[in-house]
Amino acid sequence: MKMFEVTYKRRLNDNMVWLKVYAPLVAKHAKPGQFIILRTDEYGERIPLTMAGHDEKDGTIDLIYAAVGRTTMLMDQLEEGDCFADIVGPLGKPTHMEGLKKVCVVGGGTGNALAYPLATGMKKAGVEVDMIEGFKNKELVILEDEFRAGVDRLYVVTDDGSYGEKMFTTQKLEQLIQEGNEYDEIVAVGPPIMMKLVCQIAEKYNIHSIASLTAYMIDGTGMCGGCRCKIGGEDKFVCVDGPEFDGSLVDWDDLIKRSNYYKDQEAHDRAHVCRLTGGVRYND
Amino acid sequence: MINLVREKNPMPEQAPDVRNKNFLEVCTGYTEEMAIREAMRCLKCRKRPCMTGCPVMVKIPDFIAKVAEGDFEAAYQIISETSSLPAICGRVCPQENQCEGKCVHAIKGEAVGIGRLERFVADWHAANFGDVEIEPAQSNGHKVAVIGAGPAGLACAGDLINKGYDVTVYEALHKTGGVLVYGIPQFRLPKEIVAKEVAKLEAKGVKFVTNAVVGRAFTVDELMKEEGFESVFIGTGAGLPSFMNIPGENLIGVCSANEYLTRINLMKAYLDEYDTPIMHADKIAIVGGGNVAMDAARCAKRMGASEVYIIYRRSMDELPARAEEVHHAMEEGIVFKLLTNPVEIKGDENGVVTGIECVSMELGEPDASGRRKPVVVEGSNHVIPVDMVIMSIGTKLNTLILDTTEKLEANKKGGIGTDDAAATNREGIFAGGDAVTGAATVIKAMGAGKKAAASIDAYLAGK
Repeated sequence: MKMFEVTYKRRLNDNMVWLKVYAPLVAKHAKPGQFIILRTDEYGERIPLTMAGHDEKDGTIDLIYAAVGRTTMLMDQLEEGDCFADIVGPLGKPTHMEGLKKVCVVGGGTGNALAYPLATGMKKAGVEVDMIEGFKNKELVILEDEFRAGVDRLYVVTDDGSYGEKMFTTQKLEQLIQEGNEYDEIVAVGPPIMMKLVCQIAEKYNIHSIASLTAYMIDGTGMCGGCRCKIGGEDKFVCVDGPEFDGSLVDWDDLIKRSNYYKDQEAHDRAHVCRLTGGVRYND
Repeated sequence: MINLVREKNPMPEQAPDVRNKNFLEVCTGYTEEMAIREAMRCLKCRKRPCMTGCPVMVKIPDFIAKVAEGDFEAAYQIISETSSLPAICGRVCPQENQCEGKCVHAIKGEAVGIGRLERFVADWHAANFGDVEIEPAQSNGHKVAVIGAGPAGLACAGDLINKGYDVTVYEALHKTGGVLVYGIPQFRLPKEIVAKEVAKLEAKGVKFVTNAVVGRAFTVDELMKEEGFESVFIGTGAGLPSFMNIPGENLIGVCSANEYLTRINLMKAYLDEYDTPIMHADKIAIVGGGNVAMDAARCAKRMGASEVYIIYRRSMDELPARAEEVHHAMEEGIVFKLLTNPVEIKGDENGVVTGIECVSMELGEPDASGRRKPVVVEGSNHVIPVDMVIMSIGTKLNTLILDTTEKLEANKKGGIGTDDAAATNREGIFAGGDAVTGAATVIKAMGAGKKAAASIDAYLAGK
């Protein structure tokens, strides 16, 4: 096995892919909630990605991504047997699970991939886990069987009602709370706006909330400061202080604004990748 | 024969309005003839004051004497006795505060260009003997781990491999060199030079493991207990960039100098073929006055900004950057807004930077650092229109290694605690460089790495 070799590739839907990558150093120490930073090739940028799982015995880690940006589009060109240039990790603090009895994990879109190791890891650690998976529509639903096998109860909701119940994750969460479910903690993993609303509901019912944040970062060890965000009025770095934070302390508006830092350039890059007609860099 | 000219032989360099548009090296280096002429300025003082200013005690008058004789390889061998990375130090050391600051010539004129000569000698060796095959060192069987492939780690690894140790260097980034590759720009220190130095260490037998974050992928304790390392040197660098805690620092267009420089230097955002995103702003303010601020300002100019400001709260006399960098920055059109301190960063409705509000300062009584304390001039608030602000006001120490290494103690500053011999409170664990002292210089980190190598040698020899 070559270092950082793709050992398994499975398309989950039109734009989401599940990869297993050989990275034994990472796999040996990885814990739910931690992330890696990868580079596709010498010319690639460094992007952070939360691991969707790992297998210490095989030395592999699981990455689930949606091909929406330049790097994820380039990742799409990698097939089994191809290699990433670099993978470094595990980074960030692992998910805190001690002392929890019952939690509700709320995933939105791609966030469900990142919620998967977290929710199933909690279950394995003896926590009772309710999982709400939310998607725009039926085509985007992923990991349903995997979740069903790995948590206590799974609820799938879609915005348009084309699959599962027609409602937002926040509505489902509120319904479960009102039905009398007593959660020690609510965990939100998804787009910042969804996490903001989920954490607001938690606050309304006086339940502790955790949000798993993503941010721009380069090194992942605290050196660049690109991932800084306001938590309880203080500057914190997602890479070393997070990626999970107390949801009631996150300055969501600040976070949402900062997520647009390179928006213009990214739009330009996406157009450029499309013109590459399928990863020229890997075929030459 | 001694050359009695009071000024240094000038360093050939690209013209300012040419170089501020490219990333090629600014200084092109002495020719053999220039080097000999400069070497002849050395007065061969008996007390050798220059050496007392050098953190690694290079035998300066001896190597300069060889340059004056035209025996450049002999000069290189003399430098190599005490310095592992002369091509780098000749380029980035703050010589005016070190060797050259102690030169007798500096009293009435300009010091001998020791840094320029060191660089010349190292480059001459690389050009003429750089391809000579290096023999791997004979192993003594003792395993030592070095954490961090920056100046401290490379210097430590270099000395240890020469003494026969089995050395493995762990680096968190995908490339070796630390601040030499992510921080210091190409036009000041070409990355090929750093790569050559690393290749030399590899040829001698040093093993490098990139993409390895010690404290996460494995701990220092695991290295010692499970991987069989008898001693560990920690040289993990300065750490987390500081911000000013003023309003507007999270606006789009504000970043740390570390981030800006890493995108450009490590991630090559200045080259089209690289994907690294970077903000292309027209008017950029850099807050701070150190070498990192100068590097960021000069990169900003080269990335196409029409106006670049250095905003610094004290005066030119207190500016901490190396004299040559300040001189070069000014030549390249960087505007120095001295005695000026930011109070707020202004943004538009989309959260994008539009300007930086500052107050003027004046110098009052000397403070604890001995420098005159800047005091705000009341009613002097003014806004400088900019679309990007780069914060370059220092760093806080990273606690990852301290947090994950059993019973390892910190020093008063929050860095890793060590004694004078670079030993921590834990047996077999040594530390040095910015991870101990907070942000300092490349040569001081190298000095610390070398000191630690000597201590590790003494420790393992006594076992």
